Amino acid sequence: MKITREDILHLAKLSNFSLSEDEIKSLGTDLENIIGYISELNELDTEGVEPTYQVFEMENVWRDDEIKEQEASREDLLNLTTESAQDQIKVPKVL
Amino acid sequence: MRIASKEISAVSLVKEALGKAKKYEDKNIFVSLNEENALRKAKEIDEKIARGEKVGRLAGVPYALKDNFLSKEGMTTASSHILEPFESPIDSTTVKKLESEGAIMIGRTNLDSFAHGSSTENSYFGVTKNARSDERVAGGSSGGSAVAVALDIVEFATGTDTGGSIRQPASFNGVYGFKPTYGTISRYGVVAMASSTDCIGFFTKSTEDMDLLMEICSGQDENDLTTLPDYYLDSKIKPAKKVGIIKDFDNDKVDENIKNALKEKVEFLKKKGVEIVELNMPTLKYALAVYYIIVPAEVASNLSRYDGIRYGFRSSEAKDLDEIYSKTRNEGFMTENKRRIMIGNFVLSSGFYDAYYLKAEKARTKIIEEYENAFKQVDFIITPVSPNPAFKIGEKVNDPVSMYLEDVMSVPINLAGVPSLAIPAGKTKEGLSLGLQIVGPRRSDKALLKFANELKEESDA
Repeated sequence: MKITREDILHLAKLSNFSLSEDEIKSLGTDLENIIGYISELNELDTEGVEPTYQVFEMENVWRDDEIKEQEASREDLLNLTTESAQDQIKVPKVL
Repeated sequence: MRIASKEISAVSLVKEALGKAKKYEDKNIFVSLNEENALRKAKEIDEKIARGEKVGRLAGVPYALKDNFLSKEGMTTASSHILEPFESPIDSTTVKKLESEGAIMIGRTNLDSFAHGSSTENSYFGVTKNARSDERVAGGSSGGSAVAVALDIVEFATGTDTGGSIRQPASFNGVYGFKPTYGTISRYGVVAMASSTDCIGFFTKSTEDMDLLMEICSGQDENDLTTLPDYYLDSKIKPAKKVGIIKDFDNDKVDENIKNALKEKVEFLKKKGVEIVELNMPTLKYALAVYYIIVPAEVASNLSRYDGIRYGFRSSEAKDLDEIYSKTRNEGFMTENKRRIMIGNFVLSSGFYDAYYLKAEKARTKIIEEYENAFKQVDFIITPVSPNPAFKIGEKVNDPVSMYLEDVMSVPINLAGVPSLAIPAGKTKEGLSLGLQIVGPRRSDKALLKFANELKEESDA
């Protein structure tokens, strides 16, 4: 399968990457090779087979709906961000 | 392993480990050392011992932490730029359990950024070199942890194994590396890669040490709802009567040294009276393609949280909110991270979902069935971990598909969620380590370690 420049730009948008020109080119080649490889799976007959998304042998795990004391405080968490003000995380204006 | 007592102090154990870590600085094993905290904790343990107080089963034992486990001590970087400044406010469950038994983290080990890779070349902090050769890769993604144990810097190290990231570096450096049954050890507080295959495990120098670490760290955790009910301690152990070898893995892509190592173990088992069964597992040849569809899909989802807003690095070039996301992510991720995220978004996108993602999850069912059938015929399976010993630094890093092919024999195990232990299996003429892996049915972890121990004792005698 041929991966075009438009395909790469679309995937970069979905992935939220501002790729450089060089990256658009090199990732195009890489992705085309990888997709070529994984496409070998087409040979395998999976007609009538159910998919398996998880292997943890269980369906639902229940717990009581109660708020527990958290290990990390609000202050701890705010300390992790680049910019904060008035107990909120600060970002550039959106509108 | 050596544990602190009245005869050996924890401080001396920790100082020795830190000294060795510095001696091997050129191997680039550690992202950071934890000197101050480690020495303070060691002193506390020595004081407890002097007062005659009870200490844990790992009192004063120095260990290395793969740098994708959260710990309040130092930065948790996942060997990435985007998490470079991340100081965790919590400890992962594994760190908590190890430290409650007195283990002391002396440093955080290098990995392929976000555990994406099979060589520890994709790290923001540079390449980790193989324990046996400076020209060769350590394997990956848990390369730093494997080398730290192989060079006897620490008694054990933690690892994560999503598709071979513990077993392959273990085999490249000649140590034991265990990937337990999916859900045996809590993943809480470990940087997520692919949630349906991520497993926590260890590197050790013996199966007894591995067993002790499993006793301490396995078990249900309310913070990780995919953990299995406690089973490890109660596992029943029967002697292995039948062991399988996989016919489909015996091909010309496998290095002669590895073929011979496998032959030797098989001969040894036969002499012991174990029946060897040749297994046909034809779907396994598709496991790598299945893995490189499912895992990138889960990676794309798990790594969408790195947005430069709440924690980690934020690009200084960004002028608006959209640029915070796109520039932070573009500057913060390594090329291999980007490949996987983009492949993940490709296989999940409309038009390709059925042909790739859904198809792969169906193929996964067939792979699981093949293992289930195999374990109706045999107690364990023995196979190579990877087709070759440690390759040269730079040999594969710019060719993603050839790097992925490294994982061809390790990924099916993760897709099926079964346990597998990498065991040392001698060396090549040039002195490179060789390894094999023993695979068992789900929840056979304790029996598997016992079986591996029998394999070792007698073949060494």
